[in-house]
Amino acid sequence: MAEYEIIHEKSPVFYERYERKNELQHQTHYCPGCGHGVAHKLIAEAIEELGLQERTIFVSPVGCSVFAYYYFNVGNIQAAHGRAPAAATGIKRACPDKIVISYQGDGDLAAIGTAEIVHAANRGEKITVFFINNAIYGMTGGQMAPTTMVGQASTTSPWGRRPANEGFPLHVSEMLATLEAPVYIERVALSDNKNIMKARKAVRKALELQRDGAGFSLVEILSPCPTIWKKDPVEARKWVAEKMIPVFPLGVFRDRKVEIPRIDVPQKTVAEALELCETPGQRLAPHHHGKPCTIKVAGFGGQGVLLMGIVLAEMGMREGLEVSWLPSYGPEMRSGSAHCHVCLAKERIGSPLVAHPEVLVAMNEQSLRKFAPTVAPGGLILYNRDSLPPDFAVSHARVMCLPASEIADKLGSAKVANVIMLGALLEETECMSPETAMTVIGQMVRKPELLKLNGEALHAGRVFVDHQVRVGAVSQPDGFAY
Amino acid sequence: MRQLCKGNVAVVKGAVLAGCRAYYGYPITPASEIAEYAALYIPEVGGTFVQAESEVASINMVYGAASTGVRVMTASSGPGLSLMQEGISYLCGSELPCVIVDVVRGGPGLGNIAPEQSDYFAMVKGGGHGNYHNLVLAPASVQEMADLTMLAFDLADRYRNPVIVLTDGFVGQMMEPIELQVSEVNPPEKPWAVKGTPETQNNLISSIYLEPDDLEKHERKLEQKYKLAQMLETRLETYMTDDAEILLVGYGIVSRVLRSAVDEARAQGLRAGLLRPITLWPFPSKALAETAARCKTVLTVEMSTGQMVEDVRLAINGKVPVELYSRIGGNVPSVEEVHARMLECAGAEV
Amino acid sequence: MAAVSRGSVRINVEECKGCGLCVDSCPPKCLALAPELNAYGVHPAHYAGEGCTGCGICFYCCPEPGAITVYRMPAPPRATEAAHATTL
Ligand SMILES: Cc1ncc(C[n+]2csc(CCOP(=O)(O)OP(=O)(O)O)c2C)c(N)n1
Ligand code: SF4
Ligand code: SF4
Ligand code: SF4
Repeated sequence: MAEYEIIHEKSPVFYERYERKNELQHQTHYCPGCGHGVAHKLIAEAIEELGLQERTIFVSPVGCSVFAYYYFNVGNIQAAHGRAPAAATGIKRACPDKIVISYQGDGDLAAIGTAEIVHAANRGEKITVFFINNAIYGMTGGQMAPTTMVGQASTTSPWGRRPANEGFPLHVSEMLATLEAPVYIERVALSDNKNIMKARKAVRKALELQRDGAGFSLVEILSPCPTIWKKDPVEARKWVAEKMIPVFPLGVFRDRKVEIPRIDVPQKTVAEALELCETPGQRLAPHHHGKPCTIKVAGFGGQGVLLMGIVLAEMGMREGLEVSWLPSYGPEMRSGSAHCHVCLAKERIGSPLVAHPEVLVAMNEQSLRKFAPTVAPGGLILYNRDSLPPDFAVSHARVMCLPASEIADKLGSAKVANVIMLGALLEETECMSPETAMTVIGQMVRKPELLKLNGEALHAGRVFVDHQVRVGAVSQPDGFAY
Repeated sequence: MRQLCKGNVAVVKGAVLAGCRAYYGYPITPASEIAEYAALYIPEVGGTFVQAESEVASINMVYGAASTGVRVMTASSGPGLSLMQEGISYLCGSELPCVIVDVVRGGPGLGNIAPEQSDYFAMVKGGGHGNYHNLVLAPASVQEMADLTMLAFDLADRYRNPVIVLTDGFVGQMMEPIELQVSEVNPPEKPWAVKGTPETQNNLISSIYLEPDDLEKHERKLEQKYKLAQMLETRLETYMTDDAEILLVGYGIVSRVLRSAVDEARAQGLRAGLLRPITLWPFPSKALAETAARCKTVLTVEMSTGQMVEDVRLAINGKVPVELYSRIGGNVPSVEEVHARMLECAGAEV
Repeated sequence: MAAVSRGSVRINVEECKGCGLCVDSCPPKCLALAPELNAYGVHPAHYAGEGCTGCGICFYCCPEPGAITVYRMPAPPRATEAAHATTL
């Protein structure tokens, strides 16, 4: 024998001894004649020949091959049932230069994990999937798989798969080949030596493509499960040829170079990305110290109600106050109405909810009716009309009516009604300074003509308040007569 | 520099500052801004953002990324978290660190998108299968959304376990000033990770232990880890508890209302105090029991039909009466309501 | 006098599960299941010691990673093999 040379032997990609196994550490846990073992050998050989062992990460599924990590001497990660392509996505994105293999059965890939495989393929994840199609659930003892064939009996299709009841077998390779991104999809069979040699080539090619960074590759492997099929291994292999191949025809379903358009993301430092760098004018020397106040702004979505609240909060922050802004959010906004709560305080703010605002800005009648009764006694209501509705009276709070929307229209854009209201609010309450308002607005509005319009609007609101003829003026504690 | 920031955005800023460079998520109100800002910030600093096909996929992408040792996160709200439970159980079983943010909305079912605190059981008690715990942090301000997210990454690495940031629609949606600083991040070495390198070739990420004895050993190890966390990681805040007769207990947005309620009560002569758990798991049972022992009544306020109150009662163990005030459906208890309830409790005591 | 076979195989009796796939696949039919049982109670594959061409078919048909080792006498490389070798 001395002159013989070894030409095929156990691949070093397999552990010498399967020490993760509790017993029989020199053989696999697969049944005699199981296709998983053959598939494992083809994969191990390809990894070895391509020199990928030290950079391969193998994701094992839930199914008979859940213990693939007993055998493959590579990095191993065991994933939940059906989720291997998602896990592989997370792995490959974290380690783009590694070889990531997702190895899955038909229950795992084509039933519970249908969404994961379709989307991994569709994103063109640069992983390789080996899909073992044995037309049955092996591990759990022979229930129907999505690939079980019409008429094929299983423990959960005792009369054979009835398309009227459970539909037709799923053709995964054909289905995935309708997608844009995959670069390589082939179906092979472990039915006889010739086909095993084709499978060997396909496995190798899929891994080569991944090594070269090409894109998503999948090899569907029709594979015998003698135990559940209740056939001896030789018969089972024949059954693959005779029964499965006619239903799942072999062939290459996708083999092309895919040019994926790239849109590059501008790279920034953390401080730049998170906008933590101070921009000029952002910090305002608080030449004016804001006064505490609780404000509710309410109106239709589109009236800039939430934005006005944000401006108030931002102003408060710059004037050295503690502030909070809390919006109504979600479908309420879609249905038309929106409001927000703004707290301006000297101390740490407890509840950011303003149940009884000191100031209510009501941009429409609905908001007036809804929130006016909640205004704190002695508070202020700014109402976006020239008068209150005839049937509506408020006795516990002051009301100032100003037709902000009309004024805004005259200025040239209904959109600045909120800024007019802001001007009025600042003029009337003197809680914060109009200069702060302009600085904040200047930060948000970049276009000069829009900034000018906003300035005019703020001014208009203030002037309106100034020119108010105050009927029944009462002297207020601050000494002003309103 | 102080900047006005939304709670959900602060989560992402905190995450990026903590060195998180991988985000996998699926949109849902009121958590969507977390995905949106992750999609913006994380690729800009060289990281990965993938919008997954479902929360089932996103948590398993997190699983994969965490297996390689990177700092990774996802966020969602109740319905999404329900879908993630299987993945969370796997993460715990495989001892993988990650951060998961739950911006709680109303429910069961589709419920609504308004704030609730009804995911307490699901996040604090489990919700997935098997013997595991999540570490759960409950921020009550926008600053804390960032700070506790950063802490969450550290705790996740320290305990090799998912850490949940449990917040609600209000804290997620509101804006407050925050201060953040870029500082060097030094996540611990992760010699257990699978990185596709020769050094990590023999590593295995898995939660399978077929032999009863092996699984028992593994679960006992997790148990020890959880006991250690219970010893070392409870966090809470108290307000005016020294002389309090009535102790309010609440977390998240509710604790903010309760703080105002304490001020209100004190202004009217009622000696109220507040204990706010910051860690919901481990729950600050010991501190709560000690504080409660000095009071006459404990009033737990929750935006659920009474979930945390079970832990409050367990901690106090019958020594002081524990009452519950609950608002749900997106309604937030008001200061007045809490005050009225306090008076009732106090009256019952006299 | 029997000519020395070009190839040879060694069956790892401990690892072999006796599935018979190699026996069925071997073109010159030089493999058989041994009449005696191995330690696990199966009839392992057995090479009669003659007739193997070293084609390697049994190796690829066998599901066990290490059950079969195939040997061959070195031969001048054939054109197809040379072509294959360059792709490695
Ligand atoms: C969520 C979940 N559901 C069900 C199972 C049970 N289970 C384990 S393996 C399996 C099917 C495996 O079949 P397949 O993917 O075809 O692999 P095979 O065993 O045939 O190789 C099922 C249903 C599980 N582990 N997890
Ligand atoms: S049940 Fe079928 S698939 Fe599973 S190991 Fe046995 S033969 Fe293989
Ligand atoms: S190498 Fe070929 S000829 Fe030799 S035993 Fe195997 S199958 Fe038969
Ligand atoms: S194919 Fe392999 S396991 Fe099956 S009998 Fe032959 S050597 Fe043994």
